[in-house]
Amino acid sequence: MMLEIDNLEVAYGAVRAVKGISLNVAQGKIVTMIGANGAGKSSTLRAISGITRTSGGRIRFDGRDITTMPAHKIVALGISQAPEGRMIFANLTARENLAMGAYLRRDTEGIEKDMDYVFAMFPKLKDRIDQPGGKLSGGEQQMLAIARALLARPRLLLLDEPSLGIAPILVRTIFEKIVEINRELGTTILLVEQNARMALSIADYAYVLETGEVRLHGNAAEIASDDEIRKAYLGER
Amino acid sequence: MKRHRSKIYLLLALVAAAIVAKYQTAISPYYFQIIIYIGINIILASSLNLINGFAGQFSLGHAGFMALGAYTSAVITSSLHLSPGTAVSYPLFAGALICGGLVASVFGLLVGIPSLRLKGDYLAITTLGLGEIIRVIIQSLGFLGAARGFTGIAKLADFFWVYAVVAIVIFTIANLVKSTYGKGFLAVRDDEIAAEAVGVDATRYKIVAFITGAFFAGIAGGLYAHFVTYINPSQFGFLRSFEIVVMVVVGGMGNIAGVILAAAVLTILPEALRAVAQYRMVIYAFLLIVIMISRPQGLFGQRLDWSRVWRWVTRRSSSPAKGES
Repeated sequence: MMLEIDNLEVAYGAVRAVKGISLNVAQGKIVTMIGANGAGKSSTLRAISGITRTSGGRIRFDGRDITTMPAHKIVALGISQAPEGRMIFANLTARENLAMGAYLRRDTEGIEKDMDYVFAMFPKLKDRIDQPGGKLSGGEQQMLAIARALLARPRLLLLDEPSLGIAPILVRTIFEKIVEINRELGTTILLVEQNARMALSIADYAYVLETGEVRLHGNAAEIASDDEIRKAYLGER
Repeated sequence: MKRHRSKIYLLLALVAAAIVAKYQTAISPYYFQIIIYIGINIILASSLNLINGFAGQFSLGHAGFMALGAYTSAVITSSLHLSPGTAVSYPLFAGALICGGLVASVFGLLVGIPSLRLKGDYLAITTLGLGEIIRVIIQSLGFLGAARGFTGIAKLADFFWVYAVVAIVIFTIANLVKSTYGKGFLAVRDDEIAAEAVGVDATRYKIVAFITGAFFAGIAGGLYAHFVTYINPSQFGFLRSFEIVVMVVVGGMGNIAGVILAAAVLTILPEALRAVAQYRMVIYAFLLIVIMISRPQGLFGQRLDWSRVWRWVTRRSSSPAKGES
């Protein structure tokens, strides 16, 4: 297993957001975590990245314990994240945002190549390359956030709510690109989504989270056909 | 060639400072003093700009660092009995300034550590407190002259010294923040979590900003002490810190050229307003309020965008009747 999470707990003061989640991500797969607001999806991702402190449990990447490792070292190991709400550097241009994504890399040529790759993937970004990140539209910022995370050349890409707050027509494009990243670059993806239907349509494996615990997990296709899940998350009767 | 351009600028600036220094006696002492104060304020504002403007850590303790540099270097030059005019004094003076800078940067580290846990106004209050603590401690130390002040400092700083340091500070900070490494400061300021998420060690950046900023503030303090030849703790109070913050805010946080201009303008302004005697601080305050209302991002914003300045100028001259839009 590339990523192994064992009994993870995250608490904000007295509020326990994650109450013992165990989860595995196999190399080369797209794995999704779905669930309602407050289910603990984002907290789990942030704990993996080292942005949020854990209060219990273990996180292992390639067999190595990264539970208490600082965020910048985790990036160096090959995990990068496009965080929820995009978190674009508003005063840096789109190009500088991308350059920050490659902050830990020293291979100038490789970075140039990857820049060209993300511009081919998101041609809209190329038009806005010298604009400050804060001036981009929501959809463009989301593309920028994903592109920035890709520039770290991660082996595991964490995506937090990539469909949040962007035009429905763009949601489809972004999900197509996520599949493309997985197929073409071989990047393993852990995707957090509220848009369960979309997430399940592209994922190999899925975890359903409810109030900080894993309620159900299985192949994405099985989860998508589960009666209860269809009622609760896919809006079917 | 392009890589060495900034080094060539630095060299030119140092030579220019040396040449102007030759003729410094030709300027009237009053104007000369203002010119020196401008230089010292540029050093202070530029070094605070690194902490406040680039790294985004709101610090109100800059006068404390300045005091440490001033007292440390004054103690060293006084105990060595340095005097202006003797050749051996100047290298030792440079050493004393650097010692002052180092002592200040040690305290910069101490002040920087709370910034790892505190943000915004909380950090501002903490740094303000630490700055005041430095001042009060100096005030209680007899061998530093306590509240009476430290007298008889050799007048070793002149135009060359001040403006050579100005050139070095601008060179250092401009190179630091323009490099790929330096973009990390801006990333930390814009979004600390996102910065961490792309691999920027935010902790290290904040500490580097505080240490470097405090170092140059300490040097500015040393230059000040060796220009006015008399220092006392009240010169390094909260108001001094506040004046420096105003220069950074008015110039535009993280705008190197803007902050230099603001430091110059805000040093000259109170002097220029001496003609109106008792109203001058009222007018000064009023002008600050007007600037902050009309240009909250600072006079020049975050980047001095010359193409926009050019468009503004050409639009005005081509359609003078329309006025400002």
